[in-house]
This record gives sequence, C-alpha cells and structure tokens, in this order.
Amino acid sequence: MKYYDKLIFEISKEGRHGYTLPENQLAKYSIEDIPSTLLREEKAQLPEASELDVVRHYTNVSNKNFGVETGFYPLGSCTMKYNPKINDEIANMPAFSSLHPLQSDETVQGVLEVYYNLARSLSEISGLAEYTLNPFAGSHGELVGLMIMRQYHIKRGDLKRTKVIVPDSAHGTNPASAAVCGLEIVEVHSNEKGTISVEDLKPLLDDTIAGIMMTNPNTLGIFETEILEIADLIHEAGGLLYYDGANLNPLLGKCRPGDMGFDIMHINLHKTFSTPHGGGGPGSGPVGVSKALVDFLPNPRVKKDGDCYYLDNGDDSLGSISGFLGNFSVYIRAYTYILSLGKDNLKNVGPLATLNANYIKESLRQYYYLPIEGICKHEFVFDGLLDKSTGVTTLDIAKRLLDYGFHAPTIYFPLLFTQSIMIEPTETESLDTLNAFIEVMKTVAIEAKEDPETVKNAPYTTPVRRLDETMAAKKPMLIYKDLL
Amino acid sequence: MYKYFPHTEADIEQMLKRISVKSVDDLFAEIPDSVVLKKEYDLPVSKSEIEIRKYFENLGNKNKKLTVFAGAGAYDHYAPSVIGPLISRSEFLTAYTPYQPEIAQGTLQYIFEYQSMICELTGMECTNASMYDGPTATAEAMFMVVASAKKKNTVLVSQTVNPNILKVVKTYAKYRGINIEEIAEKDGCTDKADMESKLSSGDVAGVIVSSPNYYGIIEDYTGYSDAIHAAKALFVMNTDPSALAVLKSPAEWGADIACGDGQSLGMPLNFGGSYIGFLASKKDLVRKLPGRIAGATTDVDGKRAFVLTLQAREQHIRREKANSNICSNQSLMALYVTIYMSLMGKEGLRDVNKLSYSGAHYLYDQLLATGKFKAAFEKPFLKEFAVKTSLNIDVLSKKLLNHGILGGIQLGKYKDGMDDCLLFCVTEKRSKEEIDQLVSLIKEV
Repeated sequence: MKYYDKLIFEISKEGRHGYTLPENQLAKYSIEDIPSTLLREEKAQLPEASELDVVRHYTNVSNKNFGVETGFYPLGSCTMKYNPKINDEIANMPAFSSLHPLQSDETVQGVLEVYYNLARSLSEISGLAEYTLNPFAGSHGELVGLMIMRQYHIKRGDLKRTKVIVPDSAHGTNPASAAVCGLEIVEVHSNEKGTISVEDLKPLLDDTIAGIMMTNPNTLGIFETEILEIADLIHEAGGLLYYDGANLNPLLGKCRPGDMGFDIMHINLHKTFSTPHGGGGPGSGPVGVSKALVDFLPNPRVKKDGDCYYLDNGDDSLGSISGFLGNFSVYIRAYTYILSLGKDNLKNVGPLATLNANYIKESLRQYYYLPIEGICKHEFVFDGLLDKSTGVTTLDIAKRLLDYGFHAPTIYFPLLFTQSIMIEPTETESLDTLNAFIEVMKTVAIEAKEDPETVKNAPYTTPVRRLDETMAAKKPMLIYKDLL
Repeated sequence: MYKYFPHTEADIEQMLKRISVKSVDDLFAEIPDSVVLKKEYDLPVSKSEIEIRKYFENLGNKNKKLTVFAGAGAYDHYAPSVIGPLISRSEFLTAYTPYQPEIAQGTLQYIFEYQSMICELTGMECTNASMYDGPTATAEAMFMVVASAKKKNTVLVSQTVNPNILKVVKTYAKYRGINIEEIAEKDGCTDKADMESKLSSGDVAGVIVSSPNYYGIIEDYTGYSDAIHAAKALFVMNTDPSALAVLKSPAEWGADIACGDGQSLGMPLNFGGSYIGFLASKKDLVRKLPGRIAGATTDVDGKRAFVLTLQAREQHIRREKANSNICSNQSLMALYVTIYMSLMGKEGLRDVNKLSYSGAHYLYDQLLATGKFKAAFEKPFLKEFAVKTSLNIDVLSKKLLNHGILGGIQLGKYKDGMDDCLLFCVTEKRSKEEIDQLVSLIKEV
C-alpha cells in the first residue's frame, strides 16, 4: 500500500465541509449582537473537508498504527491484553452514553448501579474495603492514593509525616506523584534478588515516614516474598502501604493486595480489566482503601440505601479530583469484562499470564541475559543480549522486532539495568503466538552476531524508519503553522 | 477455557515442561501461604453475551434519557455519525502510547493535528497531547504558573469559574502547598478591582479566570493582561473551545495559558466521562507544559514523521523533579475532537455557535416574557444563561423531569445565595419546538 503522508490541513479546500445542521429558525437572534470587543477578529483556520475526505484521511492515518489487534504487543508493565468487543458495545449504548452528569440521582440509577457494583467487585478482587472510580488514569490514581495517605496523617494531627519510601525499581510515576502531592521521596534499594531489601528499609523508618509505595510483583516481575514483614515494619512505624496496581494482573485468582497488608491501591482498568489503551488514554485508575481510610476518599462517592443509589459528599474527604465521576465510558467496559468472565474465569487470568511469561523467559534465556533468576510473574526483564560483544543495543533489538511484525517490549525500564528489555505477554496470547515471537527473538540474537549492521539500522519495513529525535527536541515544530 | 484464553490442555503441559515445573500452581510457590487466596471470589459466575446484553439493557432502563437544557461543564452538542466508527478502528483503539514511533505514526499524526487545531482555537503557540478533563487541566495550569514563578506561591482564581473546577484546583493546591485566593465576583463577573488589590501582595504567581464564565457570561477582560503582567504573574484563561470559533481567544485577551474541557467539541455526555482536558500556552512556557507533546521531524530517509518530543520534562525521565505526574493523555478523545473539528471545519463550528446563540436567546426572551423570570445578570452570553425565578424550583424541575426534560441547573446547589436561580443552556440540538414545549410546561407551573 502506498504510504500516506498528508496532514488534514494539506487536503483542506476552502468551501468544503463535512456536516449538516438544521436551518436556523430563530435567526433574528444573531451572534452579531454580541459586543464586537468580545468576538474574535479572525476565523480559526480549521480544515475544510468533505465527509469522505475526512473518513478516508483518518482511515489512511490509522493504517500507520499498530494495535493489539494488529499483532502481539509484549509491552512490559502495560498489560496489552485483548480488548473485548462486547465491552465497547455496552459502553456505547445510548441508555448510558447520553446521560448528563448533573442529572438527578433518580434518573441515573442504572449508571450509579454500574459504579457501585464495579467498586464492590474491585473490593472483592483486591481485598480492600471500598473504591472510588473517579480517578482518570493510573497516575491520577496514584496521586489520589497519596492524597488519601496524607489526609489520614493530617486528620490525626501527625503533620511531620512528609516522606514516602519508593523503591529504585518503581515506575517513574511513583516519585512524580509523590512530589506533586507534596511528599519527599526516600529511595530504598533492591537487593540482588530484585526485591526490596528489608535490612535497607529498617533504618529509613522513623516518625517522618508517611508510607511506602510498592508494586508487587515488582517491575522485574518478581514477587516480593517479604511483603508481610515489610507491612509489619511500615505499620509499626506508623506509616501506610500503597500498592501500585499496574502489576495486578498476575495476582488474579491467586492473592489480594489487601490480604498482604496494603492500605491503599489503585487499579489500571486499562491493564488488568481489558479496557482499550486508546493510543494513551482514556484510562481509568480506581483507588481502593482499607476500612480505616474510607472517609478520606474523594467526593462525590456513590452510596446505596435499600435499593436506591445516591451521590454523597463527605466532610472528611480529601476533596474533589475530577469534574464529575471519572471516565464512566471506561469503567463500564471493565464491569462488562468482570461479568463476562465471572468468578470461574477471572481466577485463570493470573495463572495463565504467569505461565505465558515464564514460557518466553525460559525459551530465550540462552540468547538474552537474564539478570534475575527464578520464577517470574506476569513479566520479566532481560538485560540485553547474552553475547555482549556484538555492539547491538536493546534499542536495535526493539527496532528489528518491528520488521518482523511484533511490537517491541518496554525498553530501558526498569532503570536497574542498562539494557532492560521488559516482556509481558498477557494471558490472551496463544502458545503459537509466543512461539512465533520466541523464534523471531532468536533470529534477532543470531543476526546481532552475524550481521550486526542489519540490526543496528532496523527497521526497514515500517511506515517510517528511525526518526531524528534530536532535531525534534532542538527545533520543536509542534503545530501545523510551524511547518509552513 | 473461556473464549479469551487460547490455552489447550496440551499447550499448558508443553509450557510447564519448558519451565520445568509440574503445575501452574507451582508458579506461585513463593507466595507466603497466609496470603494465598483459598476461596473463590464472591462474584457472579460467567455470563454469556446474551445474558450480558440483557443485564445491561435492564440497567439502561433504570436511567432516564432526557432532553437536555443544562450545561454547567457538560454540553449536549451534535456528534457527527462518522466519528464513532473512525475512533473504533482497532489500530487507534487498541494501540498504546506511541513509544515506537515507527509503528505509531497514526497516533502521533493525529496528536499533531489535534495540537494544531487547539492552537488555532485558543490562539496559543503550543499545547500538549491532552489532559484528563477541564478541571484537572486547570489544576495543571496552576502548577505551571507556580513552577514558572519560582518563589511566588499564590494563585488567584475568580469566583466566576465553574465551582467544579475550583474544587479540583483547591484539592491539588492543598497537597502541594499552593495558596489559593478567590477573586470576588460582582454582578456575575470577576471583580477587577479585587483582583488588582490581591495582585499587589507580591506573592501572586498567576490568575485564573474563565470565558465564558460559569454563568455563561462572556466577560470583558480588557486590561487584565496588563494588570496581571505588571505584577509579574501569568494570566490563565479557562475556556470553552467550541465557543472560541466566535469568541475572542485567550491569546487575543493576552493570556499566557489557555485550558478547559474539550467535551463541547461534539463529545457525548457519557455521564461525565470520558472527556478531554486541553492545556495550551505561549511558546516560552513549552518546557513547563505537562504530559506528552508530539513534534514533527524526519526519518533516516528524509520522510516527514512525528515523534513524542521534549520528553525531558516528563515523569519517566525526571521522576520526582517532574512538574506533573501525568503519564498518558486522553488520546482517543483527542482523536475524537480532531475528527470533529475536521468535519465541522472553519464554518461549521461557527454555525454551531450561531444556532446555539439563537436558541438560547429565544428561550431567554420567552422565559422573561412569562413574567416569572428575571435576568440574574444583565450581561452578554452565548449559549448558557442564569435567570432568577419566583417559581418553586423543585416543583418546576420535577415537572420538567416528568416530561423527559432536564431543565436548568439549580444554582443554589453550587453557589451561596442563589437558591432562586437556574442556569439554562441551549445547544444547536434543541429545536424551536423543544424550546416552546419547555416554555409551555413552565407556564403551567
């Protein structure tokens, strides 16, 4: 297929349009009656295109993209599982999509029931007392979770707890969220097993610690086996445990963060609960808390009285963190997923995701350097090629995979290793797909040895090839006008 | 196995063998026994698609679909039919953040187009790939002004900003230790004298106002830019992007940052989400913008291409030193509004405003003609306006509801001293007949 390189502005032609509107029956009320000082002087230069122009343009643009439905997408920590179509069908039902967020409670009982039931389901799956679905994304959930942590200490009058412990293997959002929430970060190091060192943790604990942020399994895909001891230590020191739910998928059916001693957590519905990533959103980042923290959840909350659902604003709440009630159109998809799978199938999610990850790991360790031994959970990390003499980097490997029709894994994260390749297959991928991926990974490793230049200059078959990112940053061209 | 799981018994056996374990349970052997889940989830069993559809149809029937005469941050605008099918294309829908630009040019290109169109409407020079919603975008604008001002730590927010936005801004400010002071409102508009006196404290990093404001009033911000910049503060304008097809843009008012909710660009009401926030600024603030930004560049063969750029600002590089923790954007919603703006184009978005204006002013005149309504403020407005009424508002709202109409928002729920006020909104979707029906029902109260 010929490469399509036009911007919508470049196919625009004066006088075309792609809409119809009813005739104005009330034209005697004219916008010209607004004082001219309040009106814009020049028309905004939006494109002008016919309906087919627009449809064909965005269809061609879409063909330059790779999604989960295009092929295998082993992006570590992103849980790129299949996004079921029934979820979309339900979310698009007019009975849900046409509701104004300020309609009175009695006219939105159906949506409030979805909210309430999903929150209850997440409580059951994670072992925490109550959930808010208001946060818009995982990072937003982190921020809200930390606000709850702070609110808890503030309410007790314990104002000196302004530090939060974050492992060096944490997602970059963890320290950023803590900083935005006004917390100081104290880093705790990973040991040679890739887990938090309890010995290193102990000296950090004092009465200025608000809590700890953890991911379990951590970003290396390793389960933190000393979690109970860590939880005891943090609680004894007066702190709270925050669970980053980015890695919840492998635990489905196996264990629950609440039972491990976590007090607060967020869940990325776009990861574990199958809602589409949409090219980077909209996501949804519900936050769950233990019983003692329920009153601090953001306003408004959805409550139930008999058979009636209603919105409630609590006085002890941390406040509002969203205009309305979060990304409803996302969380109704997650609820559809939970009801579709039911308890009888949800319990297989974690085991099958874990099986898939370990299978790839064991199949490739003769070719790629595995820095942390042992059984992983949903994902694992290679530190580049086993043979370090080729000069082929993780970036090169990632780009070469694109030529073979696979999305690249997450690269250069976690920061514990210099050549991280983080692979997460998810449970919706078949043995056949995994085998095909494994064969290609082997091929690339062999190419790296025998013909390194080919790998270093990859990709060749993609819509565009390697980009000049330096120029993009040095001379930013961020809008169409910058190109003219 | 369930239909989303492709594993056969034989596959599982083969995989376990490769891993050298006997059972799938062995993959979880390291988990302390006391935390291993030993019961089934207390959740329903799997539902078939037939049952799923029935279940949600029943739930849907518990909602009441209304003819909407309300706005207050969520607007019932027309959504062209082609947008849904286009954004449902799996190449867009099931992709993730464009980390591998060679196979994500689709996402990167529409983000670039989105950025271009947002800058056209706001008059700004740069913007990011989108935010969660209008209120959080405004809170991030507050972070930007404080980060730019270095030592100053107070942000002024006009009381005419939507209270839902103000609440979120205050929450974000509270935990980051930013001082928020409200600028008083006078006759439904920002009190300029009050702003000027608060600016003189010397600690003000920025001022946030909105246009149109919460009451739908198109405020006159003449002189604001000079006053704010004289105090070495930044000028932030929260705005309705749909209205910017006709109204003076934030850049024309001299604002440094424009922000708001893009829902008014033809997005379904969706009970409040997913919407899209936008955040745009003058070029000298580009490094203070949070989140993803797409930029143009070339590939090794010289082909034009797009890439996420200026990433040194972001959380995954700067970690705790990042100005924001925002990670992803509302990308698919950015695509939604980009397609919307492409279809409507230069004239269509103006036509939307003309129709909305006519309908809103007709309703306003009709309400005043009943003798039971008075203007809450005598100020210019576009599609939304506040009126005072001598009628019992609860009785009125209930009556309209019984006829399938969402009347004006009861301002008393959100603002002190406005118990007798309603905030109506009319978009291009409301016909003259619908407006006449609304008025005749009101006359019966």
